[in-house]
Amino acid sequence: MDSLLDQFFNLDVMRQSLPLLLNGLWMTLQLCCAVILLGLVGGLVVALGNMSPRRWVRWPAVVYTDLFRALPPLVLLIFIYSGLPFAGINVSPFTAVVIAFLLNNSSYYAEVYRAGLISVPKGQAEAAKATGLSKAQALIHVILPQAIRNVLPDLLSNTVEVVKLTSLASVISLSELLYSANMARSVTYNASPLVLAALIYLILLWPLVRLVSHFQRRLAA
Amino acid sequence: MANRPMLEIAALEKRFGSNTILKNIDLKVAEGELVFVIGPSGSGKSTMLRCCNRLEEPTSGDIIVDGRNIMQGTSRDLDRMRLQVGMVFQGFHLYPHMSVLKNVTLAQRKALKRTKAEADARAMDMLERVGMEHKADAYPAELSGGQQQRVAIARALALDPKVMLFDEPTSALDPELVGSVLKVMKDLRAKGMTMLVVSHEMGFARETADRVVFMDGGVIVEEGTPEQIFGAPQAERTKAFLSRVSG
Repeated sequence: MDSLLDQFFNLDVMRQSLPLLLNGLWMTLQLCCAVILLGLVGGLVVALGNMSPRRWVRWPAVVYTDLFRALPPLVLLIFIYSGLPFAGINVSPFTAVVIAFLLNNSSYYAEVYRAGLISVPKGQAEAAKATGLSKAQALIHVILPQAIRNVLPDLLSNTVEVVKLTSLASVISLSELLYSANMARSVTYNASPLVLAALIYLILLWPLVRLVSHFQRRLAA
Repeated sequence: MANRPMLEIAALEKRFGSNTILKNIDLKVAEGELVFVIGPSGSGKSTMLRCCNRLEEPTSGDIIVDGRNIMQGTSRDLDRMRLQVGMVFQGFHLYPHMSVLKNVTLAQRKALKRTKAEADARAMDMLERVGMEHKADAYPAELSGGQQQRVAIARALALDPKVMLFDEPTSALDPELVGSVLKVMKDLRAKGMTMLVVSHEMGFARETADRVVFMDGGVIVEEGTPEQIFGAPQAERTKAFLSRVSG
């Protein structure tokens, strides 16, 4: 029992590895910011493309969402980081992660937005048009606020997935939280840094998960 | 009433595929005139009304508002011309995420570029006119159907339209709420607003309309004063329709 505690909950090891893990956490947070913001914006653009009445706009958007939801994000990541150099395109690990996850996330966010946009009754857009608002004004002031409110739990829960997904970056040696913890494990020859990393993810994500449940219950009510 | 036409529908046609909804519609509404459109459901009267601000795109024909053809020009021009044509829907379509006041000020601010103070003042005037100023801070979901429709009328009026279109404005209301909306429309007419109304409120038409238009099968079958249409209809289809609705 003692040896088990020592292997997984060794406070000394945890204390020693904390600075390294906090560095990793900082990188994870930076990644999250970039990937979530780009994903939210990119997803909206793709969703609007998806719903365009013009075929030459709609079709590429449909292909995009289908393709990048079907491709495993890890395959995408390794291809961009390790495959593209064969074409003479070299990207930093950070850039590779941002590009790979942007492609992946924006297609998921796009589907969520689309569900939201469809949920707003047609009469809302008609009322906006009839009062002289332009298409963009109608979208920004009338349609989007309602669409986003209707799918807020899904947007949030997708965001939780995005945060978890960033741990994949460890595969291409980007020193985010998981990579740092694994480094600390191999140096200290102790699993406690991994447990600590798991705890940090938990602290980061548990409030978000709670919030999703809260919204879902409120929308159901 | 020999006033100049404020709204003119000329040779309007609307087809969906091989299905013709509207055939060669010609109709003029003079300044300050209230024209009432009646007819069985599916007769094309709502589609005609929705063509007047191009919520429905006409297949051919012209829509002329105060001398300007809204079928010509860029989409920017269309947005601007829609400001001159107010529309009231059967389903109200208030914005549920905004207070009553914001519902009435949004287009004033964004489309007319009025300042917040101007828009608020204008909104309160219009809300007072429809008897809803006490609900300025309420949200649409807190209002009855009749109250929502009155706010929708205020939202359209706040943009100083030259014509108001009413698409079955009382059809979604409980009977006891219909009167409050009709009263507002009557008041508008008294103030000289040009109005084109699609509705089944025959009593209201008889009382307030300058002219009644009977539509069936996508064409205007007959038009005349309320006395002519309700008292002595000429066309067989008009007679049959009126005997059906009067029971």
